[in-house]
Amino acid sequence: MHQHHNTFRALLFSLLSGLIFGLGLILAGMANPAKVLAFLDLAGWWDPSLGLVMGGAIAVGALAFAIAKKRPHSYLGFAIQLPTSRIIDIRLILGSLTFGIGWGLVGICPAPAFVLIGSGSDKGLVFTLFMIIGMAIFELLENFKKSKRATGK
Amino acid sequence: MLIDWNNFTPWSALAGGALIGLATAIFILFNGRIAGITGILGGLINPKLRDIGWRIAFILGLVISPVVWKLFSPQPLIEIEASNALLAIAGLIVGISTRYGSGCTSGHGVCGISRLSPRSIIATLAFMLTGFLTVYIVRHLVGA
Repeated sequence: MHQHHNTFRALLFSLLSGLIFGLGLILAGMANPAKVLAFLDLAGWWDPSLGLVMGGAIAVGALAFAIAKKRPHSYLGFAIQLPTSRIIDIRLILGSLTFGIGWGLVGICPAPAFVLIGSGSDKGLVFTLFMIIGMAIFELLENFKKSKRATGK
Repeated sequence: MLIDWNNFTPWSALAGGALIGLATAIFILFNGRIAGITGILGGLINPKLRDIGWRIAFILGLVISPVVWKLFSPQPLIEIEASNALLAIAGLIVGISTRYGSGCTSGHGVCGISRLSPRSIIATLAFMLTGFLTVYIVRHLVGA
């Protein structure tokens, strides 16, 4: 089957997936940074909710990925694109360690950031704008590294 | 360890988690993609033309979710104590480091663990560890 990433149905299912993801975050209380921080505060009054959110998501997700691994194509006819890298390197570990610092400082990670914007939170907007700037800085550094390698310097 | 029973919401946490799982199921089984927000957003910064639409659609879905929620339920509680300066610093850290680590709570934490990826399990342990440590330092060492 042809791979048309921009077909109407692909856009619709993308939108639906993002919407259900966001509703799940709100229902679980994970769009509220204070509740995320209450999970990360093991030494304070600990709220274990985030652990159950992960558990519920992984239970359903595990089933879906077990099905996906056996299929050559998605139900819409797209290639199923699972990550192939198995390398555990310094980028993965250092990147994840520093991500946890940013997350722990304010209790916001990338998905809830966009739910906060839709909720009209100015503070959520500040976080998200700087998160996007951070991603752009990463992109610039990567391009710089690539062009340096290309010119052999 | 002191559990905050008044604020612990096991059933809505599980149900909300299941909805997040459903969203990742739809995305992999229909779109053939991993619902990792870092990757979806990161791909928009240096975009390939045919890839733009579905990325924006997914993020739009996240943004309109609280609007749809309010059609049926009261406004969800949002509490952010951090100052704008701290939010900006944290946003920068999260943006750069999720791209270096190839994922965040959704891509590694939910999708990656669901497919038992060793990379994602290591990544999740790493950001959980520093998440716990950061809150401990901020609340109990610096803030004490």
